[in-house]
Amino acid sequence: MDISVLQTLASRNLWGAITPEILLGGLALVLLVIELLFPKEHGRIVPVAALVGLVTILGGVLFNAPSAYLNQETFNGLLVHTHGGQVMRVFFLLAAIMVCVIARVSLAKQTLPRVEFYHIVLVVTAAMMLLAQSNHLVLFFVALETVTIGLYILVSYYRTSLTLEAGLKYLVMGALSSSLMLFGIVLLYGVAGNPALPAHTAQSMHYGQLAAFLAANPHNFLASIGIVLVLAGVAFKIGAFPFQIWVPDVYQGAPTPVTAFLAVSSKAVGFTALLALAGTVFASYAWLVAPVLTFFAATTLLFGNFAALTQHNVKRLIGLSGVSHAGFLLLGVAAVSRAPMAVGAIYFYLFAYLLASFAVFGVMAHVAGANDADQELDHYAGLAKDRPFLALVLALGLGSLAGIPPLVGFMGKLFIFIAAFQAGLYGLLAIAVIGVVVSIYYYFGWIKAAFFETWGKSADAPAHPARTPVDFVTGFALSALALAVVVLGFYQGPLGVWLSAR
Amino acid sequence: MSTLPFDPLLAAIFAPLAVALAIACGLPKRFSVKLAYVGFGLPLLLALHVWFYYGTAAQTHGYAFLTSYSTGLDGLGIGLKLGLNGISLPLFVLAGIVGFAAGLYAIQSGAERLKIYLMLLLVMQGGLMGVFASVDIFFFYFFHELALIPTFIMVGIWGGRDRNYAAMKLTIYLTLGAMLSLIGLIALYVKSGAHSFDLIELRRVIAAQPLEVTVQHNIFGLLALGFGILVSLWPLHTWAPLGYGAAPSSAAMLHAGVLKKFGLYGLIQIALPLLPAGLIHWSHPLAWLAVVGNVLVIGFVTIAQRDLKQMVGYSSVMHMGYAFLGIAAGSTLGVGGVVLLMVAHGLSVALMFLLTTSVYHRTHTFALDEMGGLAQKAPVLSALFVAATFAGIGLPGFANFWGELTIFVALWKFSPLITILAVAGVVISAVYGLRAAARVFFGPATPEFAKIAAEHPVSDLRWSERLPALILLAALMFIGFWPKSLSTALDATLTPAPAAQVGAVK
Repeated sequence: MDISVLQTLASRNLWGAITPEILLGGLALVLLVIELLFPKEHGRIVPVAALVGLVTILGGVLFNAPSAYLNQETFNGLLVHTHGGQVMRVFFLLAAIMVCVIARVSLAKQTLPRVEFYHIVLVVTAAMMLLAQSNHLVLFFVALETVTIGLYILVSYYRTSLTLEAGLKYLVMGALSSSLMLFGIVLLYGVAGNPALPAHTAQSMHYGQLAAFLAANPHNFLASIGIVLVLAGVAFKIGAFPFQIWVPDVYQGAPTPVTAFLAVSSKAVGFTALLALAGTVFASYAWLVAPVLTFFAATTLLFGNFAALTQHNVKRLIGLSGVSHAGFLLLGVAAVSRAPMAVGAIYFYLFAYLLASFAVFGVMAHVAGANDADQELDHYAGLAKDRPFLALVLALGLGSLAGIPPLVGFMGKLFIFIAAFQAGLYGLLAIAVIGVVVSIYYYFGWIKAAFFETWGKSADAPAHPARTPVDFVTGFALSALALAVVVLGFYQGPLGVWLSAR
Repeated sequence: MSTLPFDPLLAAIFAPLAVALAIACGLPKRFSVKLAYVGFGLPLLLALHVWFYYGTAAQTHGYAFLTSYSTGLDGLGIGLKLGLNGISLPLFVLAGIVGFAAGLYAIQSGAERLKIYLMLLLVMQGGLMGVFASVDIFFFYFFHELALIPTFIMVGIWGGRDRNYAAMKLTIYLTLGAMLSLIGLIALYVKSGAHSFDLIELRRVIAAQPLEVTVQHNIFGLLALGFGILVSLWPLHTWAPLGYGAAPSSAAMLHAGVLKKFGLYGLIQIALPLLPAGLIHWSHPLAWLAVVGNVLVIGFVTIAQRDLKQMVGYSSVMHMGYAFLGIAAGSTLGVGGVVLLMVAHGLSVALMFLLTTSVYHRTHTFALDEMGGLAQKAPVLSALFVAATFAGIGLPGFANFWGELTIFVALWKFSPLITILAVAGVVISAVYGLRAAARVFFGPATPEFAKIAAEHPVSDLRWSERLPALILLAALMFIGFWPKSLSTALDATLTPAPAAQVGAVK
């Protein structure tokens, strides 16, 4: 290999295309430096620095939209910069901002180092953003592992017994799913490189090449096993049935901001991957992918909603309700092949889910006591009287998660339903309707706990932990979320146009 | 011709919502109450205004006052399109009148946390005006839900007995009904190929190319089931008496009086013109369900009630049976009768809930066995109650008479047997209505009531209670004596469409 080959390769490395990710990595390093320079005050400075940095990067991404690299492959096909990738970049940045906001509240109740937390959140976010733009199974897997390993650390950050248990569970299940997915990737790689088959390719990790190979061999046995294994690995990330068993325990044990991170960003990572893989790369295997997705969607919807019915711990409840949201999103993914509007619907649903979830998690962080795993429904008794602001934000967030009009969550469900109907998924729609009705019960139960005083007011009801007062930054963030939940329910305007653009 | 410098329909929707927002932003209580008068009054004035000018207003696609606003979803065929036709006009006016009466009654009720109570009622009022002014069926659904959510909260917080259970049951039943009808509406959106929720566009597309017959059957079945739950079609009615029994009076007035009509309105405005074959397919099961279940079974259940508020709740379920019968009959006459009955029932049931609460404030019980002789102490209350009872039975002079009469006439062509059974229902409603009036007001005072009256001196209706009651009664009698004020517009809208398409039923 002579030097000119390397030069051509290097010339395709357009570093400018991943400026936001590089900046995030730099910001993560800066946080470590801040701790060295200001050993005493870093507890206050670091969260602010992380937030300011994140907001600046988000502003930059929005200001430069549409990116100059749109619809272009960079790094020799490792990355592709689609509109969807840009949308998800904004999504992950917004989520990271909210995780940092909630972490400020939640970490203040612990005596633990702060810097590492924000550092890992930033690195993981950068990896998520890369993953949303990956165009190659190697980059996809490396980014996914960066995300997962970062989350292993974050899940057990509080070092209490429940948290460590959660961390261990997440580690074991995560390793299992990663190995499943890796095995699937290897099978696809091997079979696509087999010279005996038509359209075989040396670049068989590249999405485009792989798709071309799969289209030429639409019924290859090894490839179908590989596809199922990859889908199973992704199903673990999104908490789809039957890969959801880790969800309640890990969600309960993990610190509240990490639970939020898992519930929103990690789930969204799974869905970006699923859209890229199931929607385009595996498109010629629809005969296989469609029933698998239908199975995932139906069982996830039913399991998530019925399992959430009996929960009293709000973290477990929101975890299982998150499983049901994964079911709604899977309904959208199942519709993608026959209803083009489903892609926009999924993005809209993800944004709606982000806004509402972080509103709820923000309130949870304020209501939780020093023992973060112990957050019962009873602790919400009389919240409307003590902290009307938090109660209002909670009600809007939960209402939106339940899909009650005029909140944004309803619009998300509506778009998914229209797409599913266009795709002719009548059976799944019927299950989804049951899911919505069941979900009303447990969301309403939570709202009842916060608003209707008579709930759980038995003589031996445990006293709730002291509620943290709302400071300016958190108050601002929560108000913005609540406002967005209401306004986007009425008027989708620019967001709708932006999300449905190609 | 209307000469307002702004869109009266949009203003009627957003005036209450804006007042609710102002109250939510922490307006002091004194101003909140004053502003609430505006929030409830303005929709009424605007509704009367459009009623008065409807005949002379310019009509586009059969709608007067047609305007549309973009909400950024034009690409999906969703837009805020407002307008009134002959079917929606009477209900729009009904929403204005009942809303004003319920608002007045709420303001004088002195409920705990009155500000939040008024705020929720105002949101409900805004949603109600929106339901009947929307031409876009997405917003029709959207405004219904907007009005429904405050109902749940009001039952949960200000409700009476079993409020937690009632609120939960109400929420789950009505969400199920709403979700089913939403799927039905989405089915129309997709299957018609119009890819628009705009009713005018849907009508145009379906007139050019009607839906397949089986598709019509399925969608109509879905809508009838979904809307049926919302309108308390037997046997899916159990939420209604329980919910109304627990609901605070103004919420019950608005829900039973106006919001519940959403389902019937949806069937008439959407399902009948777009799915004529679906109606033919389902009309017999629907009619039998309505006459045996709602009219007869619930009628006897109503007679058996010992609790005044439960009785009113059950009677409202029973009257919905007549409305389903009119829809099943399908002819212009029958459907027109349903619209008249919806308005009449809305006014009379709201009046009934209002008076029931006023009775409760004097007797401190809803148990019929513990009342008696209230007429001596509260003659005005008893006169109004007896008038409301007569209206409920459907005596001439009240709007209910015209609704029931036209439905029965239309029903005879559909099925004489069902008509006979349905007319028997009138006797049933006379039995429970008159018996309740006699129990509460006439005869000697029971020992229980005498004891309560000794502890809490009983006074007659105050003017603040009389005014909303008189407004409702006046509207009932106005339409009772001059039904043409509504039926002219109704006739003009109904005649071309359903009569031509549903003519096969006759």
